[in-house]
Amino acid sequence: MATRVVMEALSPTMEEGRLVRWLKHDGDPVVTGDVIAEIETDKAVMELAARADGVLRRQLLAEGASAPVGQLIGVIAATDEDIASLIGAVAPAAATPPPRAPSATPGATPPPTPRVAAAVEPPPAPTAAPVAVAGNGERVRSSPLARRLASERGLALDAVAGSGPAGRIIKRDVEKRDVETRDVETRAAAAPLATPAPASPAPAAPSPAAPAPAPPAPAPARTVPGASTAGDGYRDAPLTQMRRTIARRLSESIGPIPTFYLTVDCDVTRVSEMRQAMAALDDAYRVSVNDVMLKAVATALAQHPEVNAHWLGDRIRYFERVHIGMAVAVDDGLITPVLFDADRKGLRQLARESRDLAGRARARTLTSAEYTGSTFSVSNLGMFGIEAFTAIINPPEVGILAIGAVEARPVVQDGAVVVRQRMRLTMSCDHRVVDGATGAHFLRTLRQLIENPLLLVA
Amino acid sequence: MLLQRRFEERCAEAYALGKIGGFCHLYIGQEATGTGAIATLRPDDYIVTTYRDHAQAIARGIAPRAIMAELFGRSDGCSHGKGGSMHLFSREHNFLGGHGIVGGHIPLATGVAFAIKYRGGDQVCLCFFGEAAVNNGAFHEALNMAGLWKLPIIYVIENNRYGMGTALERASAINDIAERARAYAMERAVVDGQDVLAVRQVVGDAVQRARTEQLPMLIEARTYRFMGHSMSDAVSGTYRSKAELDEHVKRDPIVLLRALMQGNGEIDDAGLAQLDADVRAICEDAWQFADASPEPPLEALLEDVTVDTTS
Amino acid sequence: MITTYRDALAQALREEMQRDDRVFLMGEEVAAYQGAYKVSKGLLQEFGEMRVVDTPITELGFAGVGVGAAMVGLRPVIEFMTWNFALLALDQVVNAAAKMLYMSGGQFNVPIVFRGPNGAALQLAAQHSQAWESWLAHIPGLKVVTPATPADAKGLLKSAIRDDNPVIVLEGEMLYNTKGEIPDGEHLVPIGVAERKREGTDCSIITYGKMVLVALQAADTLAAQGITLDVVDLRSVRPMDVPAIVASVRRTNRAVVLEEGWAVAGIGAQVVDIVQRECFDDLDAPVIRVHQADAPMPYARNLERAAKPDLAQTIAAVKRVMYVEA
Repeated sequence: MATRVVMEALSPTMEEGRLVRWLKHDGDPVVTGDVIAEIETDKAVMELAARADGVLRRQLLAEGASAPVGQLIGVIAATDEDIASLIGAVAPAAATPPPRAPSATPGATPPPTPRVAAAVEPPPAPTAAPVAVAGNGERVRSSPLARRLASERGLALDAVAGSGPAGRIIKRDVEKRDVETRDVETRAAAAPLATPAPASPAPAAPSPAAPAPAPPAPAPARTVPGASTAGDGYRDAPLTQMRRTIARRLSESIGPIPTFYLTVDCDVTRVSEMRQAMAALDDAYRVSVNDVMLKAVATALAQHPEVNAHWLGDRIRYFERVHIGMAVAVDDGLITPVLFDADRKGLRQLARESRDLAGRARARTLTSAEYTGSTFSVSNLGMFGIEAFTAIINPPEVGILAIGAVEARPVVQDGAVVVRQRMRLTMSCDHRVVDGATGAHFLRTLRQLIENPLLLVA
Repeated sequence: MLLQRRFEERCAEAYALGKIGGFCHLYIGQEATGTGAIATLRPDDYIVTTYRDHAQAIARGIAPRAIMAELFGRSDGCSHGKGGSMHLFSREHNFLGGHGIVGGHIPLATGVAFAIKYRGGDQVCLCFFGEAAVNNGAFHEALNMAGLWKLPIIYVIENNRYGMGTALERASAINDIAERARAYAMERAVVDGQDVLAVRQVVGDAVQRARTEQLPMLIEARTYRFMGHSMSDAVSGTYRSKAELDEHVKRDPIVLLRALMQGNGEIDDAGLAQLDADVRAICEDAWQFADASPEPPLEALLEDVTVDTTS
Repeated sequence: MITTYRDALAQALREEMQRDDRVFLMGEEVAAYQGAYKVSKGLLQEFGEMRVVDTPITELGFAGVGVGAAMVGLRPVIEFMTWNFALLALDQVVNAAAKMLYMSGGQFNVPIVFRGPNGAALQLAAQHSQAWESWLAHIPGLKVVTPATPADAKGLLKSAIRDDNPVIVLEGEMLYNTKGEIPDGEHLVPIGVAERKREGTDCSIITYGKMVLVALQAADTLAAQGITLDVVDLRSVRPMDVPAIVASVRRTNRAVVLEEGWAVAGIGAQVVDIVQRECFDDLDAPVIRVHQADAPMPYARNLERAAKPDLAQTIAAVKRVMYVEA
């Protein structure tokens, strides 16, 4: 029976062999074990022995030539045997399966299963870890814990002095800074506002903390670095955590949300009258315009669930309860504490709660439960004299109401020009959920409530 | 013995084709020692041996399929592909490996004999190693304890004249290695390792004594390996001449037994040819089985590092 | 019941040998001499010379005998007079005992215990003072335990004997005379479970073996200064109780590892790897290790004292990670 002579792996690492010389030639008889050739391997010159009896019928590799392990280099067969089929395909496809280039290791070594010690998953990195670059560009050193605490509390590391080695910021430095910051903010919040707004500090929309003249110069109260590029008429302020978050979230809003705006001019004369009457009764009944607005919006939302909703990407969630997010200006930013079930609360309770939430927002002592979960938001820049403005929707909400200043304006009533207390409202609507008519219906209800505040108790 | 021979030849072929990797140490030429010695054992006796273990495993009755599959690194191998050529194990056959450190397994075998005595049994333990191991510390420590405590163990030295590339005369201060038994109050014997019947006789006697009197013994079987130390080692021409090899090949144990049996009329050419054909068929079957067996699953990488049980 | 560490080990041996007659003790001087450190006192009288076996001075040999016996179902306890001598036997511990189950494809497990005193004592000099935890903990197939108290010594040795794998028990000559409370009745300590030996919130100390005593001293001293230490006694260095380490560091935000042995690739290096990987955002300071000086153990009393990790070094390390003036 014809037997193939192949280039064998004569050392564990051999991949190719060079045929130094044939010791048997075409037509020579061979017996199993006879040395038929000398092969030079990567290690030494080794002998290739015949593995069958017969005649060496063909030498297929010339002396001095090389072949990879497994290649057919000869045939041993009986003298008259037909070997054409064997040598026809030099790439062997016969009974013995074509050998792979052998490697020193047995077979394909399986890739090792993950070497990570099976242990606890690393805790998730704090969202949006601050980059911590000081104003002059040097890297700020801080312990991982300090970074995490600073991030959680909205403190910029570059404003924290480090007491560790090489100025490393450590936990106690962050805690110290946190206490300092809150002290200053509390004093800022307590300072009287230079506006006609009533005793309760009106919740304001995004604005710089200009109306806080009493506290020390803004620099220490602000989380911005002292040293920065001096001179040329400008000052670079690196992003605080809050600023960064506002930027990110509201960019997410204005980009993808198809927004349109509806404006309505309301008569708030009766609201003013109502407020005056309540205040005359007792100080305890003092409420602000904004408090009344909150109540009105909440009531209107309860009647129009089609705008009390969230866009969730693959569906719209319509809420049965009304939770109003109330925009509050804080140092260098804005936060939106929530008045839960605002439609079921009385005016005084809303007044109380909104005051409390605004105060704590500025003191940075809100818990996350207190500023998440709103179904609709309201923003008021009236105390700054803004007539009207368009607010940016807080996704996933589908609407936000911007409240302008109360002003005495001439209007036409029953054919005559009269002076009334007026207020402009602008509603931003997410067109994926709220159509023009839908928004308009809501505003009509709202306007009706505002212009007839007795309906709020009806 | 013929099965062992043809099996080892197929191993050489498989190694050359890359199906067997790492180290591969062949027993060709030494068949009589392993066969003769193991033939004297009961199934409940124990064997502990070296890395040159394929033929001994066959002699013990482990299926050639399981051995070849182990050599190919497949999951149907007797060690499930986790051991390889040097670490053949079979609990069922009381075949306790297959060890790679020269001399390292000799204390293990001695411990097995200790356990036999501890339990008051009449089994014996057979321990194989090469003549180079007798200069090793583990050899001395183990044999001393066996002689001191009188353990039922038979140490069989497979003296094939070379410890890898170093001849006995260059490694051993005293070349009559069985003499070392005297240092351990142990009986000794020297036997022609190419004569399977002589081996069986001498080892058989030792086994009987060990069983009944719990006495250890050191037996030197003088043999020769026809291939290199391993597949990476030249057959001849480096540390031993071809002439020397040829001389020893004349005393091929299979040829010797064949001549004896033919002389006694116990077998004829046709019978031999049939035997060879049968044996080759078994080897071919083993090869095909091994080739078809799957590689161990990746999970096996981390399995059997420890067991989860207590007692 | 207050017991010495030595007697705790003796109780464990006796109880396990009574419970299972496959358990036997083998080593130098364990029988007639009653034990080089008297751990096996009285056992020969009770169990006889087949079960309490004196060996020649041949660590490699009798360690291997133990492994062979374990392969066929006995449960040997091999005593090394000190672990320094066990270096000679490591071929049997590592190449045989640790790897047997794996190489045989799961057929032969080795239920053996190797035990003996480990680490430094007093002025025993270079060859008799080494700590071997990290060499042994490196090897898959072994379990390695390091009891520090009598209760742990008894509980861990019993668990080790009952475990069906090779278990290394690293004791300490300096521990044999220490005393502690041992619960009455059957007392087993699971392998791989650490114990919080002291509760605190200011700094974690991760430690094992005789260093636990130093850690507790540090805890006492610092408590008077208003600093509370969370002392985690690993009890096993292979497997190591990762959740216990993580829980402690999350609690305190800073860690000191106190270890007997040299620095390079020591047990502490493994603990630090765990801490930095699992507790990265909880760390207020880098982890600091307190370990032996990087030299063979000297003989002179003052040099030896300086070489060993001690109370002063531990306290200094704690203060460093707390950013407190020492």
